[in-house]
Amino acid sequence: MHPSLTIRRENGDMVKDMPRVKLALVIDDSRVVRKVARRILEDLDFEVAEAGDGAEGLAWCRTEMPDAVLLDWNMPVMDGLEFLQRLRQEPGGDAPRVVFCSVENDLDRVRSALDAGADEYIMKPFDGDIVASKLTLAGVL
Amino acid sequence: MTPQDRELIARLSAERAGLRVDPDKTYLLENRLAPVARREGFASVHDLVAAIRDRDDDRLAWRAVEAMSPTETAFFREPRTFECVVSEVLPDLAMRRPGGTIRLWSAACGGGQEVYSLAMALSESSPPGVTVEVFASDLCERRLEKAQAGVYSQFEVQRGLSARRLVTHFESLDDGFVLSPRVRQMVRWRRVNLMEDLSRLGQFDLVLCRGVLGHLLEDARARVLSGLERTLAPGGRLVLGAGESAPGLSPVADRPGFHGRASAARAAA
Repeated sequence: MHPSLTIRRENGDMVKDMPRVKLALVIDDSRVVRKVARRILEDLDFEVAEAGDGAEGLAWCRTEMPDAVLLDWNMPVMDGLEFLQRLRQEPGGDAPRVVFCSVENDLDRVRSALDAGADEYIMKPFDGDIVASKLTLAGVL
Repeated sequence: MTPQDRELIARLSAERAGLRVDPDKTYLLENRLAPVARREGFASVHDLVAAIRDRDDDRLAWRAVEAMSPTETAFFREPRTFECVVSEVLPDLAMRRPGGTIRLWSAACGGGQEVYSLAMALSESSPPGVTVEVFASDLCERRLEKAQAGVYSQFEVQRGLSARRLVTHFESLDDGFVLSPRVRQMVRWRRVNLMEDLSRLGQFDLVLCRGVLGHLLEDARARVLSGLERTLAPGGRLVLGAGESAPGLSPVADRPGFHGRASAARAAA
């Protein structure tokens, strides 16, 4: 829970002491994908944070556990699967609903993501309907 | 399409299937009819409609009307409906009718998402001691064929279907995914125009007809509803979509969309 959540909006404003707003963390090495995901998630009333790889994402989670993580698979430094495995070992790391979001559409890969603790899986390309459907299935919307 | 083309399609849709088609919705008409025109070898939708008019071609007219019928495109639409069926309605029927047969019907199955959602849920937890028969019908022959094949695009399998169910019940196929034969074989298919006499289909414990009534003209809606009501077995339920109602039936408490004959609904409550 975030009793006094501080969030930096895209325009740089700091917003303090929010009422309980759900936080989504988008981890993707593509700035374009992050931007698209941000717009969709903001339309769904999430506050959105961004990270460019798994290590950066993990650092974010250690400061503020998000409610939902939209997670790319193939990234430099730390890939999505390693991020997920590490996240689940963090204190409170079983709480975030993690939705993989990857171009990988091989069902064996999807299966291994779920077995590693992902709650849902989106095969790129995605649209707002798919993100909403998957977040609902993951129980965070 | 000329205004006369659009009027003709709207009239045929009303006469043959009770469908409310707005002739001013040019985009919708073009969008639905273009694939029909292409498949039937016409250069344009206008040429297709001209053939229907000039040749008085019954088969072509049906293809056009079928394409105008509403279709469902998400798995597990209104998930609570499926929870109710699998965890409440079926176990209840199984208890009251040991060794019996339970018959379910998806009355406007479209691309098959609704009936396959039922079949998947059933294959995961089927009620003990009874046989469950699953039927699916649609007005549109083409859609039935597609549904029967059980092949869906990457976009389609991501609407309402959980990733766990995707990896459990589907295999990759070319650019899409195909549902396992085990689940597909649970369903029996038939082309049915809900405006016709439905008594030949027998009786059902559960009839799903969601997202259809709103697309019907008033007279047609009353006719379809009374036809569907007559297919309900004693204690049977008609499941409608959100915001849809059946004047001759009563809503069942705590089961959104479920309707039953008044006495039966009271007895269950």
